[in-house]
Amino acid sequence: MTADTPVTFRLRRFDPTTQQEPVWEDFTIPYTAGMTVLDGLRTIKETLAPSLAWRSSCRMGVCGSCGMFINGHPRLACNTQITELGTSSVTVAPLPNFAIIRDLVPDLRPMFDAHAALMPHIIREDTQEMQEPTGEYYQSSHQLEQFLQFTYCIKCGCCMAACPTMATDPAYSGPMPLAQSHRYNSDTRDGGFAARKQVLATEQGPWKCHFAGECSQACPKGVDPARAIQLMKRQMVMDYFRLYTQPCPSKVVPKSTEINRRPDVPEAPAPTI
Amino acid sequence: MLDNKGHPNRLGIWGWLGGGRWGFERYLYTLHRLTGLGLLCYFLLHIFVTSARAFGQDAWAASMGRVSGPPGSARGLFFTVGEFLVFAAFAFHACNGVRLALIELGFAIGKPIEPIYPYRTSVHEQRPLAVVVMVLAGIVLAAGGYNFLFHLTH
Amino acid sequence: MRDQRLWTWHVLAGLVIFVVLGLHMTVMHLDTLVGWFNPAGIKPIAWDSVMQRARLGFFTVSYIVLLGAALFHGLYGLRNILFELGIGTGAKKGLSLVLTAGGVALFAYGAWAAWAAGALAKTL
Repeated sequence: MTADTPVTFRLRRFDPTTQQEPVWEDFTIPYTAGMTVLDGLRTIKETLAPSLAWRSSCRMGVCGSCGMFINGHPRLACNTQITELGTSSVTVAPLPNFAIIRDLVPDLRPMFDAHAALMPHIIREDTQEMQEPTGEYYQSSHQLEQFLQFTYCIKCGCCMAACPTMATDPAYSGPMPLAQSHRYNSDTRDGGFAARKQVLATEQGPWKCHFAGECSQACPKGVDPARAIQLMKRQMVMDYFRLYTQPCPSKVVPKSTEINRRPDVPEAPAPTI
Repeated sequence: MLDNKGHPNRLGIWGWLGGGRWGFERYLYTLHRLTGLGLLCYFLLHIFVTSARAFGQDAWAASMGRVSGPPGSARGLFFTVGEFLVFAAFAFHACNGVRLALIELGFAIGKPIEPIYPYRTSVHEQRPLAVVVMVLAGIVLAAGGYNFLFHLTH
Repeated sequence: MRDQRLWTWHVLAGLVIFVVLGLHMTVMHLDTLVGWFNPAGIKPIAWDSVMQRARLGFFTVSYIVLLGAALFHGLYGLRNILFELGIGTGAKKGLSLVLTAGGVALFAYGAWAAWAAGALAKTL
């Protein structure tokens, strides 16, 4: 593809104030070197369709805003080069398995509601220490490795769009919430397995995952939610046979008294909240 | 604050063929479901067909007569081919099922690793197991096919 | 709770079926290659062959185990597929009830038939 080669974007348009059903619209723009799908959408909005709507922010694959269905695959628009698609015809639709708010903007609220229901945060009894820390929670690098991969999730929703169960079942939690729940269950600083288990043992748990593997293939950050879900199932089965108890949450390591601040480094300002 | 529910956009049953459309595991997933349903339908009928043995030799012969035909007849061929398809469904479903049992209990998917592009996911880790399992299913299928052909021709 | 328990037994039932149905398929459909539990030269579905197996308590027990495991595994699988179509809570409850009742009824009938065939075989 050279500069000025025309690239045709076939976009799924939907204006809820004037339309009952989404429609396809074609736009042709010249290719420029290094053009991503997001760059193409910007050019279209600037020159051809000022009302085109989508979500984007960082344009470098870290915020998770621009998840879209591009040439039949859920991908990040900012991370997808036109040349990578191998064709000058680019079909862009909003992420499937989410309701369409407008044009390429999906309604991600069900995903975040499912995420919140699975308690994706550290749960510990020492709330005083969590609010006013006196030291840090001990964690070895080996312990960190057990869940680090799952922390790279940017909540883009591509895994949810790829999942075959999400295609038909609105009650399924989905790969992202489940993987994030496992991220906290495997974190040695956390003590919340018993609380999360109450939700995970019901139909909101991982039981409707059948390892199609699409979520891990679609994930733009290599989070591998399928791996997290299968490891979670193992934990839950062991728990069912009373063979698993979550290790005690890691202890606080107080600040060392032997290490002194260098005289030329100022103290941090006091907290304002 | 957004108050409309938005336009529905689920892929539906087409999504069972792979909403992400990435790998051959999605076909294994769909085939596993189809063979499972086929085996269940056959099994429910099979309970009634084979329970005839409790009622004596005549009942058994009548029951077997209902699910077979004279050698060389179209009816006979239909039931023989049908039974072979059930055997094939069993070969696939059993071997793939062992693979799923291993994977869903956390084996053969590798340990969590720091993701460095190009990502090596659990799908890649279990691919050798998937290949072995398909080869095994093929061997079972071939053995069963030989057996069916032998009975057809002797 | 319920889903955790049902899924765990679904996988265990699958592994039981792998062994017992594997044996059943070997006996019934690999008879020319592996002549297990068949009098030499006759088809596995011949009356003599069926009765010879029914006389063995091992077969009666394994058929009943296979029946139970396969009914549970298959009907739970069907329940899963139907639930994943996004049906309502009332329909889910109704479906669970129908499948459970149907499964129990079929198990009772099939187990009786296996026992009765064994009792008949011992009189022949």
